[in-house]
Amino acid sequence: MAYLELKNVSKTYHQGKDNTEVLSNINLKIEEGEFVAIVGFTGSGKTTLVNLINGLIKPTSGEVLFKGEPVVGTSHERGVIFQNYSLLPWLTVFQNIAMAVKEAFPKENKAQIKNRVESYVEMVGLTHAIYKRPKELSGGMRQRVAVARALAMKPEMIIMDEPLGALDALTRGNLQDEILNIWNQDKRTALLITNDVDEGIYMADRIIPLKPGPKATLGPEFKINIARPRDKTALNDNADFKKTRNEIITYLMAIGDDRKSVSAQQYSLPDLTPKSFVSQF
Amino acid sequence: MEQEIILKKENQGFAIIKPLTNFFKVKFEKDNVLKFLKKTGITLISILLFLAFWHFGSKALYNKEATYKIEKALAEQGQAAAEAEKACIASRDSSCQPNTLPSPSQVWASFQSLIADHYLIKNKKQAFADKLATTNEKLVAQGKEAIVYTGRASFVDTVLTSIKTVFAGFLLAMIIAVPLGIFIGLSPSLRSAFNWFIQIFKPVSPVVWYLLVFMIVKTIYIGASSDNAFVISFISVGLCAMWATLVNTAMGVSSVDKDYINVAKVLKLGTFQKVFKVILPSSLPLIFTGLRITLSVAWMVLIAIELLAQSPGLGLFVWEEFQNGANDSNSKIIVAMFVIGIIGFLLDRLMLTVQQMVSFNKNEGI
Repeated sequence: MAYLELKNVSKTYHQGKDNTEVLSNINLKIEEGEFVAIVGFTGSGKTTLVNLINGLIKPTSGEVLFKGEPVVGTSHERGVIFQNYSLLPWLTVFQNIAMAVKEAFPKENKAQIKNRVESYVEMVGLTHAIYKRPKELSGGMRQRVAVARALAMKPEMIIMDEPLGALDALTRGNLQDEILNIWNQDKRTALLITNDVDEGIYMADRIIPLKPGPKATLGPEFKINIARPRDKTALNDNADFKKTRNEIITYLMAIGDDRKSVSAQQYSLPDLTPKSFVSQF
Repeated sequence: MEQEIILKKENQGFAIIKPLTNFFKVKFEKDNVLKFLKKTGITLISILLFLAFWHFGSKALYNKEATYKIEKALAEQGQAAAEAEKACIASRDSSCQPNTLPSPSQVWASFQSLIADHYLIKNKKQAFADKLATTNEKLVAQGKEAIVYTGRASFVDTVLTSIKTVFAGFLLAMIIAVPLGIFIGLSPSLRSAFNWFIQIFKPVSPVVWYLLVFMIVKTIYIGASSDNAFVISFISVGLCAMWATLVNTAMGVSSVDKDYINVAKVLKLGTFQKVFKVILPSSLPLIFTGLRITLSVAWMVLIAIELLAQSPGLGLFVWEEFQNGANDSNSKIIVAMFVIGIIGFLLDRLMLTVQQMVSFNKNEGI
């Protein structure tokens, strides 16, 4: 039995008379302890997929099974790192994380909660900024807080929705390593949604492309057989890396071209001739 | 960039005194002195221009009415009466002065006399209290009510009464509008239930609110000896002014950023936690915007309501001076006008400062 399983999942959004089928016939199996990356174009329904898995929305048809049970609503077992960090601006770093910890461990006393929050803040290297508010932090620091908040709840599975999308390349690289380190420590199941193929190859065991929506479906999976820990600089010369990267990019380019040709609708323009206004004035 | 914006936002409430505080904070550099002189100088010049315009304007009005009076005397009573009228006006005798817009100097004099009058009344009150101290003690010991001073209120007392009324009304508005607004904002069905009510009662004039409150409070207080003018006026002020807060709170609560709601869902916060930890803090900026509008509306309608309710505040002061028609009544009205304006301005700045303390940039957490 797979740890997380999506069976023929479709999601349609209704807006007046318009029905947009964002996701169509999604089938996905993730085993325990696996790190899976889903790569897709912007607007291909990645966030909808994440929200289906974390329980924020329900599928129109099909089933989302987590440990064999259908997903109903959100759960502390599945931690989410949002695309836009979604920290509460009126709370400090400590308070933002403490809020999650209090909910996940309602029986703990104040000192235990404080310990837990501090250890996770230390893990993401923000001890010096623990009493600062989000506005005083840089984008990378905010994302670290979001990571700490998600992990502090001790979820069994981490769902990351383009967590590093808004960061610059250097910060991005650092945070990728940090997330991998944390994941390595207790090998939780992880699902990463990203638009960066290199990031997917560097971090995940498997990469599954998401064909662009509407009616997005998952493409064929690509296994990454590069031994961990992976070295980012050495990776560029790794033959396996190059091969996989080329395959994925070729595949994505191909479906991108498909999309272009599909969307190139023919419009017939009315036959107009310019009219002279000179005589009127 | 963001940092810059935040710095600029700080203390906007009292930005008007910023050149002054900067002047004392920063070293005396030539640049700063020039900047200070320029900023303050422009304000000073505009004030002087305003005073000059007012002075010459009132002088022209004064002359127009004086000429008319003299000509009227000439036409109706002949040369001698006209000469007498002219002499009377020139002598500044109060019996025949033109009753028109007072000049700045007259207003200043009235202001001083109002302050002097305040101390006079204060002394009288003290003397009265001293004189009756022993009698009152006996009365209280017997379980009767003490005798209090019931003489005329001084100008400063009327200002204090007005401020008291406005704050009581503001508190009432806050106590009604904020919780109600939260409930309306949280529940779409309550929103439709209350929408007609808000839309109909929001534009009702202060005078009508006063009459409504009067009808109800009069009956409640029936037979009671205590004065209900204060109660009537602060309730009317509160009811008149609460709509901005009600609408803003409902809007703030119903339009909380979806990201925050998602966070609340993912963390699985309970309803109570969700309301108090996520929804309320995120709508605080809008609630305070509403409260700021409420306070300024309250101060504006207060004058009209005090006048109707006969509550001894600035509104009644203005009305009584107008009815009084004494020589310095007009200048006292202008004094009241300035006091009303300045207090209204200070109240608004106070609320703006509080508002900025609780507001946050929406992009700060994202």
